[in-house]
Amino acid sequence: MHSMTAMRKKKKGSSISYAKYGYYFIAPFFITFILFQLIPLASTVYYSFFSYFRDGRKWIGPTFAGLANYQYLFSTDLPRYLGNTLILWLIGFIPQILISLLLAAWFTDYRLHLRGQAFFKTVIYMPNLIMASAFSMLFYTLFADSGPVNGVLRLVGLTQEGAPIRFFASILGTRGLIGLMNFLMWFGNTTILLMAAMMGVEASLFEAAEIDGCTPTQIFFKITLPLIRPLLIYVLITSMIGGLQMFDVPQILTRGSGDPMRSAMTMIMYLNSHMFSRNYGRAGAVSTVLFLICGILCVVVMRSLDTDRKEAKKK
Amino acid sequence: MKKVMSLVLALVLVALASAVVADEGKVLNIWCWNDEFQSRFNDYYPGVAEIAADKSTTTLKNGVVVNWVINPNADNNYQNKLDEQLDKQFDGQLADDEKIDIFLIEADYALKYVADEASLDVRADIGLADADLADQYDYTQKIASADGVLKGVTWQATPGLFAYRRSIAKDVLGTDDPAAVQEALSDWDKFNAVAEQAAAKGYKMLSGYDDSYRTFSNNVSAPWVTGDTATVDANIMKWVEQTKDFTDKGYNNKTSLWSAEWAADQSAEGKVFGFFYSTWGINFTLVGNAGEAGFGDWAVCYGPQPYYWGGTWICAANGTDNVETIKDVMLALSADKDILKKITLDTQDYTNSISGMSEIANDPEFGSDFLGGQNHVALFLEAAQKIDMSNISAYDQGCNEKFQQAFKNYFDGNATIDEAKAAFETAIKEQYPVITTVVWPE
Repeated sequence: MHSMTAMRKKKKGSSISYAKYGYYFIAPFFITFILFQLIPLASTVYYSFFSYFRDGRKWIGPTFAGLANYQYLFSTDLPRYLGNTLILWLIGFIPQILISLLLAAWFTDYRLHLRGQAFFKTVIYMPNLIMASAFSMLFYTLFADSGPVNGVLRLVGLTQEGAPIRFFASILGTRGLIGLMNFLMWFGNTTILLMAAMMGVEASLFEAAEIDGCTPTQIFFKITLPLIRPLLIYVLITSMIGGLQMFDVPQILTRGSGDPMRSAMTMIMYLNSHMFSRNYGRAGAVSTVLFLICGILCVVVMRSLDTDRKEAKKK
Repeated sequence: MKKVMSLVLALVLVALASAVVADEGKVLNIWCWNDEFQSRFNDYYPGVAEIAADKSTTTLKNGVVVNWVINPNADNNYQNKLDEQLDKQFDGQLADDEKIDIFLIEADYALKYVADEASLDVRADIGLADADLADQYDYTQKIASADGVLKGVTWQATPGLFAYRRSIAKDVLGTDDPAAVQEALSDWDKFNAVAEQAAAKGYKMLSGYDDSYRTFSNNVSAPWVTGDTATVDANIMKWVEQTKDFTDKGYNNKTSLWSAEWAADQSAEGKVFGFFYSTWGINFTLVGNAGEAGFGDWAVCYGPQPYYWGGTWICAANGTDNVETIKDVMLALSADKDILKKITLDTQDYTNSISGMSEIANDPEFGSDFLGGQNHVALFLEAAQKIDMSNISAYDQGCNEKFQQAFKNYFDGNATIDEAKAAFETAIKEQYPVITTVVWPE
């Protein structure tokens, strides 16, 4: 016994550590991360406390300004654009999650046994393959005052000659179209995610419920929904983070202005306009606020996934 | 013997050619935002030897290769890219052949580069003499000068006119004669009255909100920006008043400048009386939009107020290693009367040679087919003399763009006039952080 411990000790002492190779392998990632992510991030936060911009060809600053940039943002426009972003996201997300749930339930229902599923799955995923900016350009042309949509409306007699529906001149039209585009682009993706979750549910549960006399509606609300909750939360949070970063669709649809009356100006568009006027202090402050919001959302998603895992363990 | 001779000759040529290139950079980088100057350069600069198939480079007879760097203009994009490259150039980060040699600027922000060390003195650094510049329009030199130092030259002058449809004018006014139409449109009250007549016949006076903007914004009493204050001129508010009135009464088609609807209004199917256009707008934009069917159906008159719109200036960049070539380009494309006259005769653009333009204006043979045989150069000659550049500022581009954008909300009925004013204040302070106050007229 005694000799064995000695032997073990000796073996441990003389063993070669392979751990360092592990570090070598992950080093490239950390070096690029530090160079291209962490340092820019730190300098963004740093400059958000400065007044630093360009006037003509001259640079003004950087001069330390404390929290002046943040104060300015919160006292003027930032809450409004945060609200816009949230509204635009909701207009797209609510129909998206409802339609996706419905489609996923139909596609996975073994009794319905829909034919041509592969075809439909491909088709509903298609809009996501088009570049958002190209999709936006397409909608801009389709819904222009003299575009094909107005042409059709006039042909069927819904509008008069010379009085087209000016979609981009109304808040409802602009926001609605942005929501519609986001919905079209993402509902296919969400449907496929939810299908995966639903197919993971034990089939015997559905059978048992049916034998017990559950209606399909009851099955959906009492069995399917509770069991796919973790994935629903995942979809919600990733979509929310994606929504916060909404940029290309409204930017191109409103030609960067966010008009009418900036009702379609999102946080990133606002950030972009500061970047384009080379106002690094204020742009830094907008970025920092966005970063914090995204960070908080990430913590929430990690937490919720964690509690799910713990609950699963308890069971 | 012949062989030896030709060999010697060839060697001499090679030696000569390399001698020319030896003291100059081999690459001439020209920065611009569209292909207008590129096509003028390729078509009319006598030093051009060969143009690349994709037009990305032009080889000159002296061996220098012109490299075209084109960045679109909208949203400050061109200026931002240009500023970045100039910063690198002054920090010594660029090799000689990467440095900008020539960059182009527009009137709306000319001062930004003219007042800066980024541009070279046309006389002292490049070597153009007063005699070379004497035949140019004085206003084109004023825009490109800071403290009396000339920093850029241009091949064009850009007085504005009112281009109208002859067929519509006949229907509304009973005549399409430019003198008679001018009489009917000679001030804003008359202009508005004609708009009412046109509307009664089912026409629109103007296409959209921005069409008459320049005629108001060019006739202001003070620059847009001084120090950290932007001042909105009373005359610009008159544009707001007129445009709102036109919109509510249906005198315009609610389009925006450069939009597809705006372009369509200029086609044969359009029902718009006329457009405010300066020189390049007529030969470059209107002809294209009007198409074949529009030939002969257009004419120009002075309109209610004189104005100018646009124009492109050639600046030599500080740090260039191609001074001789730049001098030659500037001489050929801004001071050579024969070349400038040829450009006008070929393309109907209005060029920067007072004597050359007078000759064309007084030539009874000259007339534009597009304008039904009218000699528009004669009208430009007259209008160019009235251009007043005393109130430009380095911030005009942003101020004009943001002002039009903000008040579009008012015209569309999405904002009250005060909300539109607030929207302009927000936008302009965002674009130019140096501006902290906006003053409105009483």
